[in-house]
Amino acid sequence: MDIIYTTLLGGALTLYTLCMVAGFVYLFRLKSKALPWSRNSILAGFVFHLLAFLWRCGQAQTLAVTNLHESLSFFALLLALAFLLVSRKNKVPTLGTFTSPLLIIFTLWALITPHTITPQPPILKSFWLPLHVLLSFAGNAFLALGCGGAVMYLLQERLIKKKKIKGIFRKLPALQRLDELNYLCLRLGFPLLTLGIISGSVWASYAWGAHWSWDPKETWSLITWLLFAALLHGRMNSGWRGRKASLLTIIGFAAIMFTFLGVNLLLSGLHSYVH
Amino acid sequence: MHIVTLGLNHQTAPVETRERLAFNSEALPAALHQLKEEAELSEGLILSTCNRVELCGISQDLDQCRDKLINFLAQYHQIPADSFADKLYFHTDSDAIRHGFRVASSLDSMVVGEPQILGQLKDAFFIASESCSTGLILNRFMHRSFFIAKEIRTKTKIASCAVSVSFAAVELAKKIFGDLKGMKVMLIGAGEMCELAARHFVNQGIEQVLVTNRTLNRAQELAEEFSGIALPFDKFRQHLDQVDIILSSTGSPDYLIGPPELTQALKKRRNRPIFLIDIAVPRDIDPTVNELDNIYLYDVDDLQETVTENLDQRQQEAQRAEAMVDLEVDKFEQWIASLAVTPTIKELREQVRKISEQELSKTLAGFPDMDAKERRRIEAMVNAIGNKFLHHPINYLKSQDGCGESMPATTIRKIFHLTENE
Repeated sequence: MDIIYTTLLGGALTLYTLCMVAGFVYLFRLKSKALPWSRNSILAGFVFHLLAFLWRCGQAQTLAVTNLHESLSFFALLLALAFLLVSRKNKVPTLGTFTSPLLIIFTLWALITPHTITPQPPILKSFWLPLHVLLSFAGNAFLALGCGGAVMYLLQERLIKKKKIKGIFRKLPALQRLDELNYLCLRLGFPLLTLGIISGSVWASYAWGAHWSWDPKETWSLITWLLFAALLHGRMNSGWRGRKASLLTIIGFAAIMFTFLGVNLLLSGLHSYVH
Repeated sequence: MHIVTLGLNHQTAPVETRERLAFNSEALPAALHQLKEEAELSEGLILSTCNRVELCGISQDLDQCRDKLINFLAQYHQIPADSFADKLYFHTDSDAIRHGFRVASSLDSMVVGEPQILGQLKDAFFIASESCSTGLILNRFMHRSFFIAKEIRTKTKIASCAVSVSFAAVELAKKIFGDLKGMKVMLIGAGEMCELAARHFVNQGIEQVLVTNRTLNRAQELAEEFSGIALPFDKFRQHLDQVDIILSSTGSPDYLIGPPELTQALKKRRNRPIFLIDIAVPRDIDPTVNELDNIYLYDVDDLQETVTENLDQRQQEAQRAEAMVDLEVDKFEQWIASLAVTPTIKELREQVRKISEQELSKTLAGFPDMDAKERRRIEAMVNAIGNKFLHHPINYLKSQDGCGESMPATTIRKIFHLTENE
C-alpha cells in the first residue's frame, strides 16, 4: 500500500468531512462564519484528491479507473469538480453541505476497498476506455449534484408548505434558485451521459464485436438514460419543475447508483471489475 | 464636566405629551442656541422623533442642570413644566452615555432593532454640528454611538428577521422566487392592509401591479398610485395566470379563489409558482389550495406567528447587544477621564520648554563666537534633559486615566507649581 497515496486521499476525506461539519454548523447553529469554511474545504479537498489521483495514474501508467477502488475515488473527484464548476456559475449557498455526504461516502468507501493496482486485461486496453469512463462519470457527477440540489428543494419546499419559516429555512436558498440549479445540472449531465453511453457502445464494438449486448450494465444505463431523457423532455415541453423534477432527479440518481455499483456488486456481466 | 441627557420616550410619556414637546427640524438651530444659553451648556444636541424628545449636552454644574433643562422645554413650548416633568428621565455621566448608545443601537426603541432611529440621530447630529452647537465631547460621543450601533447591527441578529406582517410576506416571497425583480402582483380588494403590503413589494422591484376591487373606481385609484392596471372584479380570475404574487383582502364572506381556478392558472403558466397571501378575515382563498404543487398560501395568522417568533429572537439578541454597549461605555468614560489630565500634561511641557528657552538664551549670550552647529547641539541637549525629566511624571499621569478622580493631576500641579487659573 502506497503511503503517500493513502495520505493524500485521507487528507481529501478529512477536508470533505470538515466541509460537512462546517456546513451543518452553518445550517443549524446559524453561524454565518461557517459558510466560507465549508466552501473552501471542498476546494482544498479537491486539490488533495486530484494530487492523489495524478499520483495513482503515474504509478499505474494509465488513467486510474480500472477497479472498484479507483472508480469510487474517481467519481468523488469528478463530483467535487462538478460542484466547484457549478457553484462558480450558480451561487447556491449550502449546496456544498448537501454534496459533502456523497463525497465522504465515496472517498471513504474507496479508502476501505483494496488499493492494489490491477493489471488491465489486453481486451480493455484502448483509447475508448478512458473516454467512456470520463464522459459517463462526468455526466453522473453533474446529475448527482442535481440530486443534492433536489434534496434541498424538497426540504425547503416542505418547510414553506408546512409554514415552518425559521431556522434552516433562512439558510437554505430560494426555491427558484434550486430549481434553476436542477435544470443546469440536467443540461450539463444529460449530454455527457449520452456521450458516455455512445462512446461505450463504440468501444464495445471494438472489444466484443457488438455495439450493444444487453448486459445488465448496459440495460441499467439505458433505464437511467430514459429517466433523465423523460425529465429533460418534461422540463422543456410540459412545464415539469420544482417538486416533480426534484423527485425524478432523486429517482434518476438512485438508478445511476445502481448502474454504477449495484450492477457490479449484485449482478454479473461483461462490466464486472477485475478482482 | 458632565454629559447629561433629559428626555421622554414612548415608554414614559403618551403621544399627547410627546407631540407637544416635539421640535420642528427647521427651528432646531435656533432652539439649540437657546438651549445652550438657558441651560448653560457648553455643547448641546436635540433629538426629536415621533417616539422621543431628548436634550443632550455638556454641563459644568449638575446641581441646577435638570431644572434648567426642564425650564427650557417649558419656555420653548410655552407649556407648564409640571404638565410633563414627571414623565421625564434625567441621566448623567455613565448613565447618559449608556442611554445614548442604547438609543442609537435601537435597544430603546418601540420595536427593538428597527433601524430608523440611527438615521434620525444622524440628522439631529448633523443639524447640531452645522449650527456649531456640538464640540469635542459630543462629536466623539455621537461618532462612538454610530459606531456601536453599526457593530451591534452586524455582530448580533438584532435586526435580521422581519417583524411586521408585510415584511414577513416579502421575506417569504424572496425564498420562493429568489429575486422579486420582474414579478407581477395582483391586489384583490383595495383595502389599507393590501396597500401597505403592496408598497413593500413594489419597493423590491416588482414589475407590475394589477388591482381589482368590487368598486372599480377604488381599484383605479390604487392602480394609479402604483402605476398599475385596474381590473373589473368579475374578470380578475382570467388574469390569475399572469401574476406571481396575489394579495387578497376583500370583505367577501365566501372563498374567491379555490383549487380549480389555480389549477387552470398553473397549467397556463407552465407550473411557475404562485404565492398567495390572504389578509382577509373571513378568508378569501380556500386553504386547500396550499396542497397544490407550486402554490404557496399564507394567511394572516401564519405570518403573524413568524413575526411573534422573530420578536422573541430580537429580545434575546438585545441582551448580547447590552453587553457590547457596556464595554463601549467603559471605553468612553476612560476617554472622558483622559481629557481631565490632558491640560496638565500640556502645561508641564510648556513650563519645561519655557525654562529651557530662558536658560539657553542666557547661557548662549555669553558665547558669541559659537557656530550654528555647536548651538544646535547645546539646544538639543537641553531639550533632551527636559523631555527625559518629564517622561515618568507624564507616563504616571496617563496611567491614571481610567480612575476618574484627578487627584494625581492636582498633586502634580502643586509640585510643579502650575497655577490653577491658567
